[in-house]
Parts: sequence; structure tokens; C-alpha cells
Amino acid sequence: MSRVRGRRVWQGLRYAFCAVMLILILLPLAWTVFLSLRNNVDLMRQAPLSLFGPYTLGNYGELLKNRTLFRWFFNSMVVSGFSVAGVLALSSLAGYAFGRLHFPFRNWLYAFVLMGLAIPDQSVILTRHHIFSTLHWHNTYLALILPGLSAPLGVFLMTETFRAIPKGMEDAARLDRASPFMIFWKVLLPQTVPAQASLGIYTFLLSWNDYWWPLISATRPDMFTLTEGMAAAQTNYAEVTGMGVLMAEAVLAGLPVLIIYIAFQKHIVSAITGMVKL
Amino acid sequence: MAVSSRNEATRGWGNLLFALPFLSVYVWLLVYPLLAGIRLSLYRANLFGGEHFIAFENYVRLFRDGTFLQALGNSLMFVGLTVPVLVLLALMLALSLNRATRFAAFMRSVVFASSVLSVTVLTIIWRQVLVPDGGLLSHFSHMIGQAPVAFLNDQRLVLPSLAVITVWWSLGLPMILFLSALQQVPRSVYEAAALDRATPWSVFRRITLPAVMPAVILVAAYECALQFQVFGQPQLLTQGGPNGASRPLVLYIYETGFNHWDIGYAAAASQMLFALILVALLVPQAARWLHAFLKGRRA
Repeated sequence: MSRVRGRRVWQGLRYAFCAVMLILILLPLAWTVFLSLRNNVDLMRQAPLSLFGPYTLGNYGELLKNRTLFRWFFNSMVVSGFSVAGVLALSSLAGYAFGRLHFPFRNWLYAFVLMGLAIPDQSVILTRHHIFSTLHWHNTYLALILPGLSAPLGVFLMTETFRAIPKGMEDAARLDRASPFMIFWKVLLPQTVPAQASLGIYTFLLSWNDYWWPLISATRPDMFTLTEGMAAAQTNYAEVTGMGVLMAEAVLAGLPVLIIYIAFQKHIVSAITGMVKL
Repeated sequence: MAVSSRNEATRGWGNLLFALPFLSVYVWLLVYPLLAGIRLSLYRANLFGGEHFIAFENYVRLFRDGTFLQALGNSLMFVGLTVPVLVLLALMLALSLNRATRFAAFMRSVVFASSVLSVTVLTIIWRQVLVPDGGLLSHFSHMIGQAPVAFLNDQRLVLPSLAVITVWWSLGLPMILFLSALQQVPRSVYEAAALDRATPWSVFRRITLPAVMPAVILVAAYECALQFQVFGQPQLLTQGGPNGASRPLVLYIYETGFNHWDIGYAAAASQMLFALILVALLVPQAARWLHAFLKGRRA
């Protein structure tokens, strides 16, 4: 009897904990949306804001007039899009080589690649900045895209994926004297589509949200990514746009990633759990 | 004939070509910058090309530099404030949400949602929660008749405040990793325990905890490495202030390298960061080896 009651107490505690966490997580988000729907005059007044309005979409209207914001959005799309394409191409090719083919020093080279997982972007920044300076590549899309392609995580995920494909898939093709590339392209690559989706979405979010490298490489406002632009926006909103508009910008900047997250949640989860197998 | 052509196709140097595109970018933009950075840390160097070999002088200077030592302390403190809370809360969430109800699924989605926001959106959101004039928390203060607290301008409160923000932002990842560890346990194990009338506590201690323990260690190490890299939150919310109380290592490296252009010195500080992260990542591995070694000796 007491065991049943103990279980009920646990159940109650669990729901209470979940409820508290839910409120703590959602409250700051709700507050941001709430502020974005209020006009700047109300926001400047020190008095507490009434929950009953007045509400306005004026701040979002302001955003539509903001040319720079669209430029940043476009830059982010270009950078993230090409980062995804680049990471998928390089990682698949390398994953095929490490997971499926044989060549001298293969395992040593793979270990050499995995060591890179421990190198943080921050500790290579000075020389990386120098490389792009000497090439005069700062403030270009290329400079924003390339460093993301050097991360070994994708190669690790793809090597594991290619390795997991049942042995013998390529035997028939090999008897037909297909080249290693044709085997990769026609036989094995189609088997890896789910993993490609996971890695692609993960890379997109990583690239979209990166603040560190764009901050250092893109110094001209017309080359900012949206994430970097949001940093500039929040340091000078008081003079330029007002707080309501800034909050609307935050909502607009957060929305694409949230939509992608909601649409592809399963893929993101499987990319994350894939990393742990290391 | 078939065998020899197969060997040709699978063992030759030619196969290396598939890995070459990645390997060249990897060496060019990750490995070379790391090694060149280590070399740079042994020089007195600035942006204008003056380079002068001084061996370990930069490192000696670091340990006499009050600003660096404060930043190092802040980073360690920040890791100490965030990682245990993150691991504990994420574990509690994973244990509560490891079931197939709609509410649990919804809750899992909500917890992870904040993690997909960028750090710049994060700081816009939280500044309007924390600021004393008109922030969300200031309204609560007024409600209970208290003066609002200036969380980000108080030397003692600023790091804990940044830690709270970071926990709010980062709970999703550890929760998902714990959930996937919990789901590795076959349901039959729990069913057998129920047949044996095991108490919830003994089920937790003998089945659940051993199942998640490897994930706990892994997540703790990974989060230490990650939180040592904290940058955007203090850079955007406090610029490291007040009085350097919230300046972590990466902000110190950034300021030294890109505001003062003292790049040899900043490179030395970068190596300290790299060393810290390596230690964080290697400790659990070493512990695992030691554990296996001791077990082997006992047997």
C-alpha cells in the first residue's frame, strides 16, 4: 500500500518538476514575443506594461523596410547553404575512403583526422585570420564558408555510416568492373541518404548560428551574417531602431532555425546521438 | 584474375584521392593553424610583421598577468557553475521524459528548442529579462515590493547570471544524450525487476544509474570542453565587466589578439585554452583506462 503511495508522490514530483521547467524555458521566449508586439513609446515608459495591450505589428512592419536585414539574411543563406553542400561532399568522399576502401596508412590517417575533434576553433583563430588576411579573402563568402569545411565531425559520422552498410553491396558492381567512384556514386551513396540529411541539417544550424568566425572575418556590415548582424543590432538599437524593433528582429532571426528544428527534429537528434559513438 | 583486380581496386594509393579534398582543407585550416599558433606563441609578434623569438617568455608573462589570471579563474568558475547544474537538470529531465506520452514528446521538443537559437538571439532575449529598468525580472521584483537587481552590473552576480543563461540555452543536448542512453536498456530488464517487486529506488540504483553513468561522464567532459569556450554571452552582455568579473579566457584572447594586436601573446593564451580543453576531454578517457587496469589487476 505504501509503495503505491510512494509511487504517486514520485509521479507528483515529476509533474511539478516538468511544469516548473516548462515555465522557466518558455517565459523568456514569451517575453520576447510580447515585447516585439508593443510600440516603442510604451516600451520607453518606465511603467509596467499591461498584458491587455495595446498590441501592434508595427515593429515587424519596420523590419520589412530594413534593407540591411535582408542582406544579412541572404548572406546567411548563402554561407549556410554552401557550407552544407561542402561538408556533405567532402565528408561523404572521405567517409567512403576511410570506411570502405583500403590504401596505405589508412588507419593512421583516420586517427589523424579524429584528433582534430579536440581542436577548438578559438585556439586556431590567430593564424587562421592571418591565412585569410594574406590572401585578402576577408569579407568574402569564401572566407565565411571554408573554415567550416575543416571540421572532422562530418568525416567521422560518414565513415561510421559507410562502414555500417552491409558488406558485399559493391561486389556485383565490382564484377561489372565499375570504378571505385561509380561504386560510391551509384551503389553506396544512395544508402546513406538518412545520414546525409542528419549531417546536413546539423551543419546548417551550426553554420547559421556561428558567431565567432564571422565576427572576426566579416568586418564590413554588408558581409555580416544574420547572427553577426544581431550582435551589431543589439549594441546600437537605442539610437537606431528602438527596443520593440530589436525584439522583432530577434524573433525573426530565431524563427528560421526554430522552423527547421521543428520540421527535422528527428534528424537533429540522430546527428547528435551519432556523435557519441566515438 | 578477379582477385587481383579487386586488390588493385581496393588497396592502391589511388583510393586516397577520395579523402584528399577533405584532408587538404583539414590540414590547411585546422592542423596548420594549430601548429603555426604554437610556433607563434614562442615569438613576440604584432600585426605589423615584427617577429622576434623569445622562447617561453609569453607564457611566463601570462602567469604574471593579473588580467589573464582573472580570466582563467573566471573560465574555471564558469565551468564549475554550469556543468554540474547542466548534468543534473538534464538527467532529471531525461528521467522524467523517458516515456512514450504526448506530453513527454512535447516537453522534449521544448527543452531542445532554446538550443537551436544563436548566441546573439540568446543575449537579446536575456538582456530584456535581466535589465533592472523594465526587464522581466524587475517586474517580479516590483510585485513583491523589492528594488530590482542589476544582475549584470554586480561583480558577484554577473558570472552566476551568465551561467543561468547558458544552462537555459544548453540543456537540450545533454538531455538528448541521456535519453538515448536510457533507451538502450531493454524493457525486459525493467519488466523482470517489476516481477521481482523491486522498489523504485533499487531499480534506479541497480538498473538506470549504471545504464546512464557512461553518458554522464561523457557529457560532463564534453560540456567542460564546451563551456571553456564561452564567449558570446559575456562579450555581448557585459563586455567582460564589471571590472573583468565576467571576462573568460576566449574574450581575453579576442581582446589581446584583435584589439591590442599582441598576437604572439594571444597565441600563448590560446594554447592554454587548448590545453584546458584537452585535459577536460582526456580525463574521462584516462579514468576509463585506469578503471579497466585496476579491474584487470583485481581479477
